[in-house]
Amino acid sequence: MEFLNLAPLVLALPFAMFLIIGLFGYKMCPKFAGILGTSVFALTSIVCYGIAIQYFVANYGMEYPKEVLFNFDWLHITENLVISIGFLLDPISATMLIVISTVSLMVHIYSLGYMHGEDGFQRYYAVLSLFSFAMLGLVVATNIFQMYIFWELVGVSSFLLISFYFKKPSAVRAAKKAFIVTRFADMFFLIGILILSYYTQTFDFGILTEVIDGQVPIVHETMGGITLGGLSVISIAVFLIFLGGAGKSAMFPFHIWLPDAMEGPTPASALIHAATMVVAGVYLVARLFPVYSFEAPEVLEVIAYIGAFTSIFSAIIACAQTDIKRVLAFSTISQIAYMMVALGVSGFGGEEGLGYTASMWHLFTHAMFKALLFMGAGAIIHAVHSNEMDAMGNLRKKLPITHATFLIACLAIAGIPPFSGFFSKDEIIVAAFEANKWVFAVEYIVAGLTAFYMFRLYFRIFWFGEPDNGFEHEPHEAPSTMTIPLIVLAAITVITGICWAFGILQFSQFVSSDSLGYAIETHWSIALLSIMAGLIGICVAYFLYFKKTGRPNTVVSYIKRPYLWAYNRFYIDEIYLFITNNIIFKRICEPIAWFDRHIIDGFMNLLAWFTNSASEGTKEVQDGNVQSYAWVYIMGVIVITLVSILNYL
Amino acid sequence: MSLPLECYLVVSTLLFFIGVFGFIVRKNLISILMSIELILNAASINFIAFNRFLFPDQLEGFMYSLFIIVVAAAETAVAISIIINVYRKKKNIDVKSINELKY
Repeated sequence: MEFLNLAPLVLALPFAMFLIIGLFGYKMCPKFAGILGTSVFALTSIVCYGIAIQYFVANYGMEYPKEVLFNFDWLHITENLVISIGFLLDPISATMLIVISTVSLMVHIYSLGYMHGEDGFQRYYAVLSLFSFAMLGLVVATNIFQMYIFWELVGVSSFLLISFYFKKPSAVRAAKKAFIVTRFADMFFLIGILILSYYTQTFDFGILTEVIDGQVPIVHETMGGITLGGLSVISIAVFLIFLGGAGKSAMFPFHIWLPDAMEGPTPASALIHAATMVVAGVYLVARLFPVYSFEAPEVLEVIAYIGAFTSIFSAIIACAQTDIKRVLAFSTISQIAYMMVALGVSGFGGEEGLGYTASMWHLFTHAMFKALLFMGAGAIIHAVHSNEMDAMGNLRKKLPITHATFLIACLAIAGIPPFSGFFSKDEIIVAAFEANKWVFAVEYIVAGLTAFYMFRLYFRIFWFGEPDNGFEHEPHEAPSTMTIPLIVLAAITVITGICWAFGILQFSQFVSSDSLGYAIETHWSIALLSIMAGLIGICVAYFLYFKKTGRPNTVVSYIKRPYLWAYNRFYIDEIYLFITNNIIFKRICEPIAWFDRHIIDGFMNLLAWFTNSASEGTKEVQDGNVQSYAWVYIMGVIVITLVSILNYL
Repeated sequence: MSLPLECYLVVSTLLFFIGVFGFIVRKNLISILMSIELILNAASINFIAFNRFLFPDQLEGFMYSLFIIVVAAAETAVAISIIINVYRKKKNIDVKSINELKY
């Protein structure tokens, strides 16, 4: 069966589901709507898998081509300005098809159990379909404008899912925050697109990323040498595009929306705010990677530094949070920053492009184990009805499946072999080591911190000791609709790791910066170092949180101030509030509003007053007395006549 | 002997300005109507005089004066009926009392 011909279905099926469940869902019984959405998405997943597998099998061992499966003009504005919608298949979009369809399908199934009995169950599934549609459209975009359109669509569906519990004011606030922050970043993205396409006269990725002789001709020829304020236009354009990606991928300083986004339902967090949407920024940079690599290497370096800073910054915060979803949120930020770092330190072609491969590989593995962690957290929250660590403890016997899968995910993210996270993270650290020692040092510390905060979470939830006030009611394992996705994702985490360890289906054979497969050796010297870091992190967590002792408090009392800073997320939210309220609103907006109200409106009022009083003064002329009209008329005629006679003479 | 054209024109001008004067100063609607008739007659005299002196073998001027007489008759009929209605409403026919159509 030729799956490549079925490509339109990948977008059509989820979109149709969105329309059907969205428009008629309220008439369906909730369970039917959920099962309908899930089963249709299962079909979509099969098509996605088929496409990806056929693509990789057909081109294995050769240079992977950029295949355009279909591409039609959607908006034909002028001869030069055509916006098309299409389906681009290349190694990274095929990988993303697998990631999105897997995680989304698992979330669809998981939500059947997790969202059972919620108000708006059908609405949830409709938006989930919309999100899947938008995310798939984003990754298969043939041109940067299509990507932007779907980019905004995922933003909207993220907004709708965060505000799913719209009766809770905090959820509404979080949704607004997420939307505004990402929109703010998207503004830069749009400006970047406009600059880039203004010079190159094209949106098409195929043309924009074509590499010939170590340069990207279209960009080099049209934009090379043009500067603006001392910076090359290329750098400005691609940096602005990166800022758009930084907004979606929650890079510092745009990271503030992601922790709050945890107000949404947990499976939605797993899908959108852990596995797929937030890596869109990484995907964007990877998509335009040749442009960054050849034409703006300095921007790539900036990306590496921003990524490194973000990763350590959010890892430190994650160590001090007590809400388990927030720990995971900060961990997500940190891991996405890892991927950004990998792209930032990557070169182009073969072994040089290790960072690129590692970034995409980490994207893949992270999507799986982070979705697993979130769903596990969902199962735990389902059991204890609280997000706070204080309400948990000693749950390993009560939630055996959740416990086992959660442990696997924690080991994976902590970088312990043979789980998938070890290999992907290890390659990133190797790539950083070869490119930039500072970045390497930071990432190395972050690896240890990651292990520490994840195992803090793990020990705190599953060991430690029962909460002081006991459980609200006896926690019990989640229904099978929730545990099956956990098991599937855990299996993927284990299997992909083992495959890599034995060199079967190595990821670098599929995804590389120059589309040519190559083999990666595991660098055991650095690998051992990172395992060490992971083990140290785990040991510290074990020492502090394995049993209920006073040790955590003792440690906190030693580092009271840094702890408070980390607990309060380094007051970044407060800084944002201060800037918006005290500087933007008070110092800029209020004077402008005053100017508008008093100067602009005042001028208009003055005009109106003038007209009004002028007519008040002259209205007496029209007094309704016919004879005075006649008098004026006659006098006028006489005057005109006299004037014309005088003229004539 | 016949009078020169200027005599006719002087008469018609006087008649016209008497009409205008009456239209402006009289308060009684009937008087105003009569003043309008004077203005129309002044125009008629002009037509006839010019026709008689300038184009003696043509009849357009006479035709126009006939038209004016016809129109004046019709106009008087309409005006009188309006005046009667005004009288029914206001119990007088003073032009000052019908000044509702204003600012």
